[in-house]
Amino acid sequence: MAERISVVENILGANDRLAQDNRARLDAAGVFAVNLMASPGAGKTSLIEQTLPRLAQKFRVAVVDGDIATSIDADRAAAAGASAAVQINTGGECHLDAVMLQQALNRLDLSAADLLIVENVGNLVCPAGFALGTHKSVLVASIPEGDDKPYKYPGMYRGVDVLVINKMDLLPYINFRMDYFRAGVEALNPGLVTFPLSCRTGEGLDAWINWLTQHATRNTQHLIPGT
Amino acid sequence: MHELPVTQSILEIAVRNGSQANARRVTDIYLVIGELSSLIDESIQFYWDMIAKDTIAEGATLHFRRIEAELMCNDCGERFPHNREDVSCPGCGGRNVKVAAGDEFFMEAIEVDGEPQG
Ligand SMILES: Nc1nc2c(ncn2[C@@H]2O[C@H](COP(=O)(O)OP(=O)(O)O)[C@@H](O)[C@H]2O)c(=O)[nH]1
Ligand SMILES: [Mg+2]
Ligand SMILES: [Zn+2]
Repeated sequence: MAERISVVENILGANDRLAQDNRARLDAAGVFAVNLMASPGAGKTSLIEQTLPRLAQKFRVAVVDGDIATSIDADRAAAAGASAAVQINTGGECHLDAVMLQQALNRLDLSAADLLIVENVGNLVCPAGFALGTHKSVLVASIPEGDDKPYKYPGMYRGVDVLVINKMDLLPYINFRMDYFRAGVEALNPGLVTFPLSCRTGEGLDAWINWLTQHATRNTQHLIPGT
Repeated sequence: MHELPVTQSILEIAVRNGSQANARRVTDIYLVIGELSSLIDESIQFYWDMIAKDTIAEGATLHFRRIEAELMCNDCGERFPHNREDVSCPGCGGRNVKVAAGDEFFMEAIEVDGEPQG
């Protein structure tokens, strides 16, 4: 007496619900949070290192670093001026999930932060599927990875709110067809906010910093009495 | 790898829905996976045999329904497959397109053996 039962449930629904809890906690504390995703070596930690000193006058920035085993990236963030830096060792998992971020939030004093930057595990497949509860997802692409990545990793390019194209200083040395790359991105994520920049030369960083500043300010404004 | 947490989620959903229906056994699980979500493949059947042991879903067969990525033209409404190289609309040639299908990642149904009545 076999019977078919209709279900229609999102497979990662439990993670999504926990991500909503994380979001509510961040909102209650007035913390704007971004989730940085990229392949290993694209420059996530470098971008954090360049970002922290440029925001030091305006915001207290906490950093959560996901890594399979080491705390090198969290140490780099602390050295670059993070108001707090928490390392999550995923113990082999190839992405952060909402439970891991919840545990990291438990170790942070959210009332002492305005902005939270989460560095996800270097991987172009898995992090895209696991919502954390951050406000914006940022993909850091880089020139040496090649111009075919939107075509090969559509799930990642599809799901993000912002695209950083790092290592623009290497463009003259690498056969990277920017038009081809951009067309692939546009098909998956029309109108995606994009910041070409170089963490090495500093070129293009201002636009990224302005974007972060605008969003972090908007998110904290309602907490400031009288505004 | 992410297969383990994903398989655990599938198990939790299947066992919960099966129990609610007073099933004795969940025999089949039907998953819908969009091409753009690219999170899992058939290899999770191996994880299944490991983690579903001693649950009502032990030995269940996982079925995958793949959904191809499709784009839709914002200008003329044409829907067409996303072949990953050329993204312009075959209807009007425009490039003002959006993704219309391919993001799916859900369980659509389970098949169960019910409790014998009486
Ligand atoms: N040429 C160049 N190298 C960069 C740039 N940004 C980062 N790198 C280098 O890329 C490597 C990986 O950077 P890292 O920030 O550790 O990448 P992550 O794995 O994404 O965190 C390091 O050797 C950086 O010095 C850039 O804009 N230009
Ligand atoms: Mg890093
Ligand atoms: Zn058209």
